[in-house]
Amino acid sequence: MLANRLIACFDVIGGMVTKASQFQNNIDIEPAVDAARRIYEQQIDELIFYDVTASAEKRPIDLNLVEAVGKEVFVPYTVGGGIRGLTDMYNVLKSGAEKISVDSMAVRNPQIIAQGAKEFGSQCVVLSMQVKRVAKSASIPSGYEIAIDGARVFTGMDALEWAARGADLGAGEIVVNSIDNDGTHHGYDLDVTGLIADNVRIPVVASGGAGKPEHLYDVFTRTQASAGIISSMLYSPRLERNFTVEEIKEYLRRRGVAVRPFIGR
Amino acid sequence: MIGIINYKAGNSHSVKNACEKIGVECKYVGGPDDFDGVSAIVLPGVGSAKATLDSLDEIGVLPRLEELVLRRRVPFLGICVGLQILFEHSEEDDADCLGWIKGNVVKFDEKNVRVPQIGWNRLVRKRRDPFLAGLGESAYFYFVNSYYAKPADESDLLAVADYDGEFCAMIRRGNIYASQCHIEKSGPVGLTVLKNFCEGGNG
Repeated sequence: MLANRLIACFDVIGGMVTKASQFQNNIDIEPAVDAARRIYEQQIDELIFYDVTASAEKRPIDLNLVEAVGKEVFVPYTVGGGIRGLTDMYNVLKSGAEKISVDSMAVRNPQIIAQGAKEFGSQCVVLSMQVKRVAKSASIPSGYEIAIDGARVFTGMDALEWAARGADLGAGEIVVNSIDNDGTHHGYDLDVTGLIADNVRIPVVASGGAGKPEHLYDVFTRTQASAGIISSMLYSPRLERNFTVEEIKEYLRRRGVAVRPFIGR
Repeated sequence: MIGIINYKAGNSHSVKNACEKIGVECKYVGGPDDFDGVSAIVLPGVGSAKATLDSLDEIGVLPRLEELVLRRRVPFLGICVGLQILFEHSEEDDADCLGWIKGNVVKFDEKNVRVPQIGWNRLVRKRRDPFLAGLGESAYFYFVNSYYAKPADESDLLAVADYDGEFCAMIRRGNIYASQCHIEKSGPVGLTVLKNFCEGGNG
């Protein structure tokens, strides 16, 4: 059966990996290509790059960066941010990425999921969603609402309904990012991750809040998530301790969680 | 020189990056006249069998491919949907495929497993082959597929993996190799397999 995946996530501004806390106060870490190479060599299973200002600046994604990363990384990588339509998707894939992440744009125009899946295959289309815990109501029965535009705009949409719709439209994977847990380093929101993973039949990726290996153990043993996104714990100077991919995998392996084994040198 | 078939739906770019990483000379083949100097052929693949076949048809390489691979026995490696189209038929869009390998392509059962299969799965070798040399005991490869092949002839199977039971991960029939997993995106072990193929093909 499949190993549980660790996915390194990088927010990129002007070619630099940055780190924000709950979508604010970005600090620069290192050039994105260097970060990609470094984490690939640590044997990460997969990477995601978000061109975080492309959308707000109304410019296409930085394809030179996508291409440069492709020369360094021989595991799958996903690119998101600033994708406006099929042409952008095509350009990103042709520049060497395997998957495209759509988020706010898919909320505005859900058909982009279906079009992308038809044109390039479901496996290329990752639906990322920003979810916030709210009071359960008739319009938001799951108790999680979808936000867009850097988690600034609330849509009134129910997270579980949106996930199910995204899967029906042809998304190949769903990334569930908890706005509440993002940047806290206190662990994933297991409730919403579990809820969505139990109710869609495509792989679900947990995101937001991972600060130590234990959090990955929790999400893989207590929910049906297929993968977990990690960022701060790999490289943020804001954390007291960073972990290597090997350390995280060793922690999981010792506790019986299936991961792709680290290959010793 | 490795010829990488470059067509609309493929991820030829990733395969070219991987070849360059392992120091293998390669070039894109975008039409029937681009095969000069090519001693082995890689057909990358993503997406559906039908779209891939249409796309290959559009660039007009199929007759030349059949001549080189089936008659002149040029080493050939199909990846992902590049494996699936070698079979006789795919359930996906009810597509008639090339029929170079006997058998057909069917869908994973969504009742039992998440579809598509996305992630790293452990390769289990079915027989010894130089193609799989140097992998060590527990090699995981990256898979992205909703469909899998069922070779009619078991002896074509090189390796399997487990997703709702054993399924075909790699095949070999003479000079024709194919991998359901994305060897160009499977880290060091994937590059090892690509290197094995390229060295066999150039040797």
